[in-house]
Amino acid sequence: MLRASVIVFPGSNCDRDVKTALERVTGFAPKMVWHGDASVPSSDMIVLPGGFSYGDYLRCGAMAAHSPIMKDVVAKANSGTPVIGICNGFQILCESGLLPGALLRNASLHFICRDVYLKVENDQTFFTKCYRKNEVIKVPIAHGEGNYFTDSQTLERLEGEGQIAFRYSDAEGNVSAETCPNGALANIAGITNKSGRVLGMMPHPERLYEAALGGTDGRRVFESALLSVLEAA
Amino acid sequence: MKARIKITLKNGVLDPQGKAIEGAIKGLGISGVGDVRQGKYIEVDLADTDPAKAGEIVEQMCRDLLANTVIENYSYEIG
Repeated sequence: MLRASVIVFPGSNCDRDVKTALERVTGFAPKMVWHGDASVPSSDMIVLPGGFSYGDYLRCGAMAAHSPIMKDVVAKANSGTPVIGICNGFQILCESGLLPGALLRNASLHFICRDVYLKVENDQTFFTKCYRKNEVIKVPIAHGEGNYFTDSQTLERLEGEGQIAFRYSDAEGNVSAETCPNGALANIAGITNKSGRVLGMMPHPERLYEAALGGTDGRRVFESALLSVLEAA
Repeated sequence: MKARIKITLKNGVLDPQGKAIEGAIKGLGISGVGDVRQGKYIEVDLADTDPAKAGEIVEQMCRDLLANTVIENYSYEIG
């Protein structure tokens, strides 16, 4: 049994994609929770989906981070409930302080919507344990503000504590400025908090969870979550 | 009472929009243009007429919402 809750913000547009992915991959349908609600039902994991919450006004994720539901999301995350933020969800996690850093406008200024290669950096977390370290996977990105930035001390800590989950690479796993689509610091595509239970990632695993969609590399994020819950039971 | 708030990117934070604007200014044939940085300007009407109290309120809204202090600085005038 996997009890997942997907938070729906005004302007979320990947909420139903991630609902379908969770349902198809794990066999359990998540609850959809409106951002204006005061609390999240008791859950094994919470999803902050992609989209354009509040029209990206002020900064991406800035308004959503102050939605009524976020007080409870932050409280639950701080007491150990796993949370995954995908794309706009990653931006919301940074704006709410659950993850360090910020996501800036892509260095090219372009909105980029295409498949990219990711190198798996940490295969020991709640959402990544079904991958293998240094494996290269293909997952799509679709964002205008995915250029991860943080100060040098925080970057050092992320590197040292194994908090970088995914980096942009080429098909062979080479990580360089040329393989970074958006200018992100250290090619960061996804990071976790210290405990590894809160993951923010710009790529969309829910868009490649079955062969009919063009690939299956995204499905192991959801398989990892199910396995993590089953192992803890 | 009105707060006039300026939000600017910190030094060292890449500003691709500023770079694009710089290119466009130069495209107008204007010379002598150096680095261009883009920021935000926000006006907020305040009910409070006590400057100290208004300052506290503006400080809180800047810190908690209007600016992201990871990447931005803010300054304001109240009057």
